[in-house]
Amino acid sequence: MAMARIWTCMTAFAVVFGLVSGRMDAVCSGALEGASAAVELCIKICGVTCLWCGIMEVMSKAGITEKLSKALYPILRRLFRGLPEGHEAFGFISANAAANMLGLGNAATPMGIKAAEKLSDGTGRANDWLCTLVVINTASIQIIPSTVAAIRAAEGSPAPFIILPQVWISSVAALSVGLAAAGILRRLWGS
Amino acid sequence: MAYITNCVIPLIIAGTGIFALSRGVDVFSCLTKGARSGLDITLRILPALIGLMTAIYMLRSSGALDALSSVLGPLCRALGIPPEAVPLMLMRPISGSGALAVGSDIIARFGPDSLQGLTAAVMLGSTETTFYTIAVYFSAVGIKKTRWTIPAALCADITGLVTAALTVKYMT
Repeated sequence: MAMARIWTCMTAFAVVFGLVSGRMDAVCSGALEGASAAVELCIKICGVTCLWCGIMEVMSKAGITEKLSKALYPILRRLFRGLPEGHEAFGFISANAAANMLGLGNAATPMGIKAAEKLSDGTGRANDWLCTLVVINTASIQIIPSTVAAIRAAEGSPAPFIILPQVWISSVAALSVGLAAAGILRRLWGS
Repeated sequence: MAYITNCVIPLIIAGTGIFALSRGVDVFSCLTKGARSGLDITLRILPALIGLMTAIYMLRSSGALDALSSVLGPLCRALGIPPEAVPLMLMRPISGSGALAVGSDIIARFGPDSLQGLTAAVMLGSTETTFYTIAVYFSAVGIKKTRWTIPAALCADITGLVTAALTVKYMT
């Protein structure tokens, strides 16, 4: 329902603003242009999206996702303090993080939900581990932001991937601050 | 720098192929199977994009987005963020397709290698749809008390968005 309110507010606000500023003709053509721009955008980025999904499928079949999730285990163990070693959630947590890093959203979410089921205590209250899992997912690091690169390529950039270092720095900064905030809030929040 | 980042993708494509083939994976049929799922993804986001791009184009042509940017302009400039990125920052945690719509509009309007276009691209690439993610996970396991999840996740978002603007400003 949140999206329903947001969308309605956006269009209503555009109409009110257009009426006040006398730009209703522009608002009218904007509405029509927007709808076709959405289709154009999808066509423009579809090729790269498909290519990247294909490469990712090859990577998971070759076992790269598993390798990455094994490599992430020692780091994740520290973030889920108090969770017993070898807890069955760990397998899903690392698979979820690895899939997120590779940009495999479709694989990441089911893994993450399985991890959440294992971590949940069934009380309807999120424990510290569940909160941490969700914070990691909301600030996940994607190594190759393929959709954004596809848009840049479609708009004629000669180097669509030049933003990689900035994307990496920003996502690492976001994740670090998210985890730091998690560490502080965990102590302050109580139940 | 552009040359190095342009090398990354061809190397990943060829490297993945060589590694997978050496492990006996049927590379090409895997590739096409994955590409098929890319079509599904594109088709799945299209209806939402049509709705949101319509709303955003209406807002932009009414002058409302410019007004918002100029109201928040001084604050943004103080933080080193281009004011044109404000609508994207507001949309980013709420809706993935909404952010894609606003972001691609900024990239198209100002050009992919303008300050605004680069900032929008880095913001899109380095942050997630926070509220959607929280809703998916917590509704899947029946959580009503989310405790400190939202404040911690929003700290991460704000950091990501501001860092995106700063790294673009000082690194390109």
